[in-house]
Amino acid sequence: MLKPLGDSSILIQLGDEIDPRLNQRVHALDALLQTIPAITETVPAYCTVLVHYDPLTTTYTEIANLINEKLSLFDESTHRPSHRLEIPVLYGGASGPDLEAVATTLALSPSELIRLHSEREYTVYMMGFTPGFPYMGILDEKLNMPRLSSPRTRVPAGSVAIAGSQTGIYPVDSPGGWHILGHTPLKLFDPMSESPFLFAPGDIVKFIPDHGR
Amino acid sequence: MDDRRLTIENTTSSMVYGPSSMVLEVTDLSGIATLQDSGRRGWNKFGVPTSGPMDWFAYQAANSLLDNSPNSAVIELGLGEITFRALRNTTIAVTGAGYEVENYVWTFPLWTTFYVRAGWTVRVKKTSGGNWAYIAIAGGFDSPVIMNSRSTYLRGGIGSALKTGDVLNSFASPKDLIKLAARDFPVDKFMPYSQTPIIEVIPAPQADWFTPEGIRTFYESEYTLSPSFDRMGYRLQGSPIEKAISKELISEGMTMGSIQIPADEQPIVMMADAPTAGGYPKIANVTRADLPLLAQCEAGVSKIRFRETTVEEAQKRTMDSRR
Repeated sequence: MLKPLGDSSILIQLGDEIDPRLNQRVHALDALLQTIPAITETVPAYCTVLVHYDPLTTTYTEIANLINEKLSLFDESTHRPSHRLEIPVLYGGASGPDLEAVATTLALSPSELIRLHSEREYTVYMMGFTPGFPYMGILDEKLNMPRLSSPRTRVPAGSVAIAGSQTGIYPVDSPGGWHILGHTPLKLFDPMSESPFLFAPGDIVKFIPDHGR
Repeated sequence: MDDRRLTIENTTSSMVYGPSSMVLEVTDLSGIATLQDSGRRGWNKFGVPTSGPMDWFAYQAANSLLDNSPNSAVIELGLGEITFRALRNTTIAVTGAGYEVENYVWTFPLWTTFYVRAGWTVRVKKTSGGNWAYIAIAGGFDSPVIMNSRSTYLRGGIGSALKTGDVLNSFASPKDLIKLAARDFPVDKFMPYSQTPIIEVIPAPQADWFTPEGIRTFYESEYTLSPSFDRMGYRLQGSPIEKAISKELISEGMTMGSIQIPADEQPIVMMADAPTAGGYPKIANVTRADLPLLAQCEAGVSKIRFRETTVEEAQKRTMDSRR
């Protein structure tokens, strides 16, 4: 389903829920759209792709027709080949200041919490909030926690955190309301690098507990 | 003093006229001044906003008055004043709304170019009737190209705001500086800036999340700009817009001009540094043609109204205006 968002963007809606399989279709469609030169950029999200174009060189109708052609080629079996990344995480202590409290609230031991968080593979549903922040899921339902009632004013870059059915990593120091379970030394965003981002939307991520030295 | 280093250029960035050298020193500054080019493209899906000018019309005019390449970096000045001293002879253009230019004894209007000799001091002074001024320089400002753009994005730590004492470089212009001076922007092409603008908008994907009464309120009442506005968004104040659906929106992409209606039912218009995605329902989206009019509305002063159009009509208008 296509709808205009202003005179330079089109929203493609593939569904209406947060679901890993639906989201994989979003990224498969996003990959197909990259072959349309008139599209200047895309924002794949949970169940939508927002397509940006230049209204000085093309029109809504032209872009909508090109998207509909791609959608007609597109079926349940279309998948985007994903990159799989392993992310080392130091859980708990100063690296994960909320680990103990979250474990207590969920009636889990800290090691069970770490196991439940790190044994799954997650999909990067979308990126946003700050440059390079990956929204990932879906968490084991035993780990669902509401956000902090009062967000922290500064969450350090590299913090691995959870909220609701999702997990994420803070790419830069920023305010944040998610529960911090651990820290990764990997750099998620480096504006001076030729490839500034560690992740791309649609990537598969697995956390590897770092048992320290 | 002359810094004749050759700049290493990214292939996708603006055309380069020649070696760059120091041209201006900022001697006094209030408000927010950043370098902006036409924007940073290709990184929205990673959560990086497009940035670029708040008022694309004034930005383009400033560069075209000086025959600069259309993507050249300019100083965008908002909500304050800047004074700078020329370190070498140059020609500058200042456009926008709500400012005037003082050069020793003369006061210049905006939308003109003027020659500045080494040692002269120029002040871009706040008046009323707008928020943003664009200061372009012959050849274009030089600054590090980050992710294919010279646009500053403060929240993302890309570039930094100008401050007193900063020295700016510009590329050498191939044009005769005197011939670029004393040019006026053609009156017939002018943007009709107004403090009572009627802004054209296209209904957005969640337009049907609002009651008919809410839609009527949006199109028939007047809104003013709240004083807490910035490059990220313009919060408007006026009659609340009633929703028909109370569920939460799953975050999806948005763009400059997207009008979100959060829980307090007052519109927020996304501007140049807006997040690439958001989770509030969008009632409508400002047309590209009318973004400059909204960008220059004054907090607490302007009376803003919205008028509905279609994407087809908006695009036809854009094409016609280019003929």
